[in-house]
Amino acid sequence: MSIDSIDPDDVDAADILGSAIERREDPALITGNAEYTDDIELPNTAHAAILRSQYAHATIEDVDTSDAETMDGVVGVYTHDDLARDDTPGDLPFLIPVAWQLPSLNDVDHPMLADGRVRYQGDAIAVVVADERYLAHDALDNIDVDYERRDAVTNPSDALAGDAPQLHSEGDRNVAFDWEIGDEDKTDDAFADADNVVEFEADNQLLIPNAMEPRAAVADYNPGTDELDVFMTTQNPHVHRLLMSGVLGHPEHKLRIKAPDVGGGFGSKIHHYADEALVAWAAKHLERPVKWVATRSETYLTDAQGRGHETTAELAVSDDGDIEGFRVDTKANMGAYLSTFAPAVPTWLYGTLLSGQYDIPAIHASVKGAYTNVPPVDAYRGAGRPEASFVVERIMHLAAKQLDIDPVEFRKRNFVADDDFPFETEVAVVYDSGEYEKPMDEALEMVGYEDFRERQEQAREEGRYLGVGFSCYIEACGLAPSELAGQLGAQAGLWESSLVRFHPSGTVTAFCGTSGHGQGHGTTYAQIVANELGIPYDDVEVVEGDTDEIPHGMGTYGSRSAAVGGSSLVKSAEKVVEKGKQIAAHQLEADPEDVEFDDGTYRVAGAPDRSIGIKDVAGQAYLAHDMPDGEEPGLEATSFYDPDNFVFPFGTHVAVVEVDPESGEIEFETYVAVDDVGNQINPKIVEGQIHGGVAQGVGQALYEGAEYDDNGNLVTGSMQDYAVPKAEHIPEMETGSTVTPSPHNPLGVKGVGEAGTIAAPQAIVNAVSDALDPFGVDGVEMPMTAERVWQAVNEQASADGSGDAAENGGEE
Amino acid sequence: MTTHDITLTVNGTDHDLAVESRTLLVHALRDELGYTGTNVGCESSLCGACTVLVDGDAVKSCTELAVRADGAEVETVEGLADGGDFHPIQEGFQEEHGLQCGYCTPGMMLSAVDLLDENPDPDDEEIREALEGNLCRCTGYQNIVNAVQNAAGQMSGAVADGGKEMDLTREYPTGDDASGGDSA
Repeated sequence: MSIDSIDPDDVDAADILGSAIERREDPALITGNAEYTDDIELPNTAHAAILRSQYAHATIEDVDTSDAETMDGVVGVYTHDDLARDDTPGDLPFLIPVAWQLPSLNDVDHPMLADGRVRYQGDAIAVVVADERYLAHDALDNIDVDYERRDAVTNPSDALAGDAPQLHSEGDRNVAFDWEIGDEDKTDDAFADADNVVEFEADNQLLIPNAMEPRAAVADYNPGTDELDVFMTTQNPHVHRLLMSGVLGHPEHKLRIKAPDVGGGFGSKIHHYADEALVAWAAKHLERPVKWVATRSETYLTDAQGRGHETTAELAVSDDGDIEGFRVDTKANMGAYLSTFAPAVPTWLYGTLLSGQYDIPAIHASVKGAYTNVPPVDAYRGAGRPEASFVVERIMHLAAKQLDIDPVEFRKRNFVADDDFPFETEVAVVYDSGEYEKPMDEALEMVGYEDFRERQEQAREEGRYLGVGFSCYIEACGLAPSELAGQLGAQAGLWESSLVRFHPSGTVTAFCGTSGHGQGHGTTYAQIVANELGIPYDDVEVVEGDTDEIPHGMGTYGSRSAAVGGSSLVKSAEKVVEKGKQIAAHQLEADPEDVEFDDGTYRVAGAPDRSIGIKDVAGQAYLAHDMPDGEEPGLEATSFYDPDNFVFPFGTHVAVVEVDPESGEIEFETYVAVDDVGNQINPKIVEGQIHGGVAQGVGQALYEGAEYDDNGNLVTGSMQDYAVPKAEHIPEMETGSTVTPSPHNPLGVKGVGEAGTIAAPQAIVNAVSDALDPFGVDGVEMPMTAERVWQAVNEQASADGSGDAAENGGEE
Repeated sequence: MTTHDITLTVNGTDHDLAVESRTLLVHALRDELGYTGTNVGCESSLCGACTVLVDGDAVKSCTELAVRADGAEVETVEGLADGGDFHPIQEGFQEEHGLQCGYCTPGMMLSAVDLLDENPDPDDEEIREALEGNLCRCTGYQNIVNAVQNAAGQMSGAVADGGKEMDLTREYPTGDDASGGDSA
């Protein structure tokens, strides 16, 4: 069952906000008229290709580019030494910066091109620029690199061990940071007196984002004006402009970053990589447009990966089922260098959500970040919150099992109560609003939980193993306010900016500093602005993703666009309405305090025939023949909106699976997602975001994982080896929703983009664990391939001395 | 590098061009002829973003040599709409929210056209199987399945009413219009 789309022409203007209208983005995308970065073809464009390290860890003795340089059509081959000798305008620092600091951060140099050493397979060594795309790649084969190989380490616990190969300067022991949150003494006390301690130990595997469009950039430099234009696959053009300006030593006001259509991001297009900066540098150096498009192999080797946690956790629970304390110890894989937001992800975005939906009186978490010989690890869909939710919801499942309490009952007993909001957790955040039982109850109804246990019992008697798994997740979206972000280490504010501009004829362009890449902002933002101004939806155009057009912005990630960007648009529209009121009052010869605005019309209170529409006011504002004293002509307004707090979406996801212990195969009977993302601007788009998010969560649970061999070679380096789920792999999902508006923002919205990915993995692991309960299997490591499930069943059977598990499991 | 003179009929328009032996069909379409609606996702036939119809069959153009398509009728996403009217598969994707970033969508739609050509009334499982060579990272596939069902419904209705059927021999926009599939 799904929500039906509505033609916007069939919606009354007053109902546009909240309607499931079709997306206005789609016509260009379904006709081939969309323009992605690789579609941009500037005259005389040269093509770049990047030589990448074949080894995960090596000293570079020599790079010989002479053969490549003499090839016909090759216009330049550059290494770190070439950059160092460079006389291109600008003060090039060669280093890729980190935009999030922690007090204990052991930051290390991250050169654009390897400076005598490579630290992951795919680390950039040289860049070739040639007249043609194929030729640039041909030339890579003619560059000789002398490597002196070094030992590699790819997981955080090995990297932090005393005898590990060292990635950076001697003595740092591969520690990127050592961070903690919560009250250690209070938590120790809770455990000292605990009736029960539930233990959990599990990895949250490294994932490769796999946006369908590979990263790409086209750079164009005008030596006459010193203007540098870069079209690129970005989720946050203004942030890239700031970072690239620093890296290239190019003045920010002469650098334009434009995101054309962007084919998915999931976090991987937030971060500042060396590659796009190299393309921009080459365009400046050669004074010629340069294009670079990553191959899929390159995206596997170089896109910032996600997750990568090794965690042990303990929960102190009374015999009555009340949670009394929670202790978490995590080692986080940071990869070879710190990427843009990387230090925030396993710390503030992870540790602060370890209270989940529960009232936990004592929590302490410690996190060590480790340098390893894998690509930088940074934000990937959910960014820290999936890892937190996984730990919380797995240990909730295990605790209920250990105490022999129904998992639903156990969760409900510990939920934050409805009247406790705003709720301050023990890990430094204040939940804005929530009613946690509502989505849980709706989900239970949808899966038919009342009858499930009976059905499960009957099935077991037939030798079939059904399992139900719950995930009551919480998410923090729209990181804010900026002052707090600064205290936490952000090197930028996390407000959002917008501009709402009436044109003289009465249509409107709304500019927003977010930058959508598939989320449908053109549609949802137009719904917001049309609603605020009371004008037809079709009269509003939305512009994003271009630093030359949009005053400023922070971009799209962390499900911040509706809550922060959308709210900024409301604030700008309110300013427009207010200025319009001054003009309207003047023209209606009334006191502004007596003028009311509703449904696009200014009316004098008590005299309904004295009115003027906002479009006419706009016309008058630009005509400027009859303005109030001191009022400027024109009708537009900008806002820089800085929210008071995060927003905290929540919900319950339930997976019902059947596991075949003989083959290890898992089949979904159903997957139910009930999410509360606050008010919904467009329910169809909300549903689509949930579907896509759940699919990525299913991918993590069952199929996906970056794997490295002992030498640090990526063995899942293509779609042949890394299982991006196909249509047959994703179950039919049933979605439901409850609505608990956020009290912090004018729209009452929360955030939806990451909810499914945060919620799904543990729902599925818990379901498999429930199905395999007769075999004594508590859980299976992700991705839960058939082989791993089969092994888990049989290893447990061997441990129990019960012989063939599949035959004996059902006969306890 | 040896070059070859070939002819490709793209969305009904004949194009003569010279390609290297190694030039891939997708690069001939995109870089030589400007049909940039076809996208490159993996260069290994696995993701399907580059799917086009060659003589009516769905083909991954990122691993097909352009010379092998010499003389063929190629249909790309730019040829799906009939003037200002969307093809039913395009309507299906729009109505069912079968796309988000849209990068996989042209290939996904052309694979679906090939499926519906062979099986006008597929069930959900048949659709999921038929689309196994087309990866989508945004939608979770559910709305894509709905989009194909929607198109199947429209096409069966259209055929019953004597309306439009997918037909590779029909007249297409020509020349400069080729990249300008109208957008309602």
